[in-house]
Amino acid sequence: MNAYVNHALFGWYPYLCLTVFLLGSWLRFDREQYTWRTGSSQLLRRRQLFWGSNLFHVGILIIFLGHCAGLLTPIWVFDAVGISHGFKQGLAIVVGGFAGLICLVGIALLTHRRLLDPRIRANSSFGDTAILLVLFAQLLLGLSTIFVSLGALDGHEMVKFMNWAQGVLTLQTDAWENVADVPLVFKLHLVLGMTIFLLFPFTRLVHVWSAPIWYLGRKGYQIVRTRVPAE
Amino acid sequence: MKIRAQIGMVLNLDKCIGCHTCSITCKNVWTSREGMEYAWFNNVETKPGIGYPKDWENQKRWKGGWNRKTSGAIEPRIGGKWRILANIFANPDLPEIDDYYEPFTFDYEHLQKAPELEAVPTARPRSLISGERMEKIEWGPNWEEILGGEFSKRSVDSNFEGVQKEMYGQFENTFMMYLPRLCEHCLNPACVASCPSGAIYKREEDGIVLIDQDKCRGWRMCVSGCPYKKIYYNWSSGKSEKCIFCYPRIEAGQPTVCSETCVGRIRYLGVVLYDADQIEAAASTPDEADLYAAQLKIFLDPSDPKVIAQARADGVPDAWIEAARRSPIWKMAMEWKVAFPLHPEYRTLPMVWYVPPLSPIQSAAEAGKMGMDGAMPDVKSLRIPLRYLANLLTAGDVAPVATGLERMLAMRAYMRAKTIDGVIIESIAARVGLTGLQIEDMYQTMAIANYEDRFVIPTAHRETGEDAFDLRGSCGFSFGNGCSGGETETNLFGAPKKPRAKTPMEVE
Repeated sequence: MNAYVNHALFGWYPYLCLTVFLLGSWLRFDREQYTWRTGSSQLLRRRQLFWGSNLFHVGILIIFLGHCAGLLTPIWVFDAVGISHGFKQGLAIVVGGFAGLICLVGIALLTHRRLLDPRIRANSSFGDTAILLVLFAQLLLGLSTIFVSLGALDGHEMVKFMNWAQGVLTLQTDAWENVADVPLVFKLHLVLGMTIFLLFPFTRLVHVWSAPIWYLGRKGYQIVRTRVPAE
Repeated sequence: MKIRAQIGMVLNLDKCIGCHTCSITCKNVWTSREGMEYAWFNNVETKPGIGYPKDWENQKRWKGGWNRKTSGAIEPRIGGKWRILANIFANPDLPEIDDYYEPFTFDYEHLQKAPELEAVPTARPRSLISGERMEKIEWGPNWEEILGGEFSKRSVDSNFEGVQKEMYGQFENTFMMYLPRLCEHCLNPACVASCPSGAIYKREEDGIVLIDQDKCRGWRMCVSGCPYKKIYYNWSSGKSEKCIFCYPRIEAGQPTVCSETCVGRIRYLGVVLYDADQIEAAASTPDEADLYAAQLKIFLDPSDPKVIAQARADGVPDAWIEAARRSPIWKMAMEWKVAFPLHPEYRTLPMVWYVPPLSPIQSAAEAGKMGMDGAMPDVKSLRIPLRYLANLLTAGDVAPVATGLERMLAMRAYMRAKTIDGVIIESIAARVGLTGLQIEDMYQTMAIANYEDRFVIPTAHRETGEDAFDLRGSCGFSFGNGCSGGETETNLFGAPKKPRAKTPMEVE
C-alpha cells in the first residue's frame, strides 16, 4: 500500500503536474492572453506592499533558483568541482533558510494585506487568495524541513532528492524509489510543490513566465509599429 | 530623413467654457466599466490647481517624463532599464487610487425603499471598490472646479514657479482657466519607453499611442513614466489603459468623440508631417526652454516639394500629404504660432497642443491706467499672468506665448475694424508679423471654426495593411479571445470574476 502511494505521488503525479503546467500555460497564453497579468493591487493599496512584495519576491526568487540549481545539477558536476554533499547541504540550509525567512516576512505582510484590507479582500478572486495560502503553506513546510535536515548533516538525504528530480526529468520509471523512505515533512513539501505546478496555469502565477528581462535588450526606448504588424 | 505622419490635436483654450461635455461623452463611450470608473481619458481641470491625480505636474514627486543626463542622453525620469526592472515588485512612483479618487456610486435604492422617516431619505455614497460606505468624497477629476477649495492648496500648482503667487489669492486679482487634458500621443512617449513588456507602441501611420491589451502584463511602469498621468491601471482587469484617440473613428475619417461633441468647438484635428530621425535629438535639447522651438523644427512643411517626394518615398499616402497641407494644426502651431505644446519640459514632444486663453484686462476698472500698446491692450496686463501660461506651455519662455496672445488680440482688432468700422487696417496685422489675409484665415479657422475647417482627417488605408475579407463578420473590438469577451462561462483560466463588491444598483 505504502509503495503504491509513493509510486503514485512521486512516480506518476510529477508527470501529471508537469503536463498541466506546460500545456495549460501554453493554452492560456495562446487563447486567453488578456487574462495573463501580474494582477497587481498596488493601485488600490500601497500600504504593506512595498516591503511585502519586495521581500516576498526576492526571497522566493532565491529559493526557486536555489531549488533549480540544487535539484537539477547532475551529481557528477558537484563531484568534479569538488563540492561535498555535506557542504552543499550546509549551503542550502544557510541560503535557503535566510531567503526563506525574508520570504516569510514578505508573504506574511502580503497575506495580512490580502485578507484584512477591505479593498484588497473585495477584489481578490478565489484563485488569488488560494495560491497565496498554498505558497505560504509550502514555505512553512520548506522551512520546517530545515529542522529535520539539521539532524543529518552528511548530505545523504539531499542526494535522494537530486536523484529523484533528475530521474523524473530523464523519464526513469523507478525514480520514485529514491524518495520512498524520506521523512514525512519532505514528502509533504514535494507533493505540495508539485501541486503548485499543477495550479500554476490557472492562477496569476503565469506572470512568472513573462518576467520582462528582454526589456534590457531593447534597442533604445521607443517602439513604433504599423497598424497591423506584418505577418 | 524619415517622414512620418501624425494626427495632432489643438485645443483653443480661449473658447473653452469648461462644460465637461468632452469628458462625459468620452467616459460614456470608453471607460464606463468596472476597473475604469476612476479613469478619465479626458478630464477638464480648472487652473490654477493641483489637478487629477493630485499634483500630477510635480515631477519631483511622480517622476514622469524624461531626464537629461549629464552625458546628454535622455532616459525616463523613473530610471533607466535596470532601475525600472529593480522596482518592478513595488513601484515607488505609482499613485494610489486615492490620488485620483475612490470610485463610488450612491444608494439610490434607499430613496425608494426607505421606511417612513423623520428626515428626507438621502442617497449616500458607497465605494465601487470595496462596496463599503464612504463618509466623504475627497477628490475627483474636476475637484477644483471654478476655483473650488482654498487658494493655499490650489496654489501648490507647479505652474506658479517664478510667479509672485500671493497676490493671486486676493479676490480682486484672482484668475482661472480651463485645461482639458487627454493623452498627448507624444512623439517621444515616456510610457512606451518605460513599459518593460513592450506592450505600448506608437502607430507608424497616424502616431496614435496604444497599449496592446494582450501583451500588457500589468507591471504598471507606464503609469509612472507618463508625466501627464494619462495612463490608468485598470484595477479589475490588471491591465493599463489609456486614451486611444478614438482610433476606430479616426481611421474612418471621423473626429474623436471629445472633439466631435465639443460645444465650444475648441478642438481641431489634422495631419502633421515630421522627421522621425530627429526625435531623439530634439528631445535631448540641453535647455528646457528651447524644447518648444526644437519640436517646431522637426515638423515638415507639407507644401515643400522635397518633403512631399520624401513623404511619398516613406509610404505616406497622397491623401495624407494633401490633408497635411490643409491641416488646421499646421496653421495654428507653425504658421500663426498661436498653439503650444503642454509642458514641453517633460521632453516627450507632445502632439496635443493648446492655444492659450486671453483674459480680461487686469484692473480694467481703473480706466486710463490700462496698459495700451497702440490700439491694442498690452498682453502683460492680462489677468492671467503670462509667466503662468509660459510655465504651462513653453517651459517658462514668455516671448512665444506673448506673441501668440498678441496675434489673437490683433485678430479681434482687425476684424472689429473690418466689420464694425468697415475699414481694413493692414498695420494691425503687420505689427504682429502677419498679413491681413492670414488674419482672415485665422478668423475663419479659430472664430468661425466650421466643422470642415476644424477636422481634416484622411481615412486610414486599410487595404495596405490587412485583408478586409478576413475581417468580414468578425467581432471587432472585444476583450479577450475572439468574440468571447474574456468572460465565457466555460473559461478555465481566471476570466474576470463577478465582483464581490455589491452595490445597491446591481440587480441580483
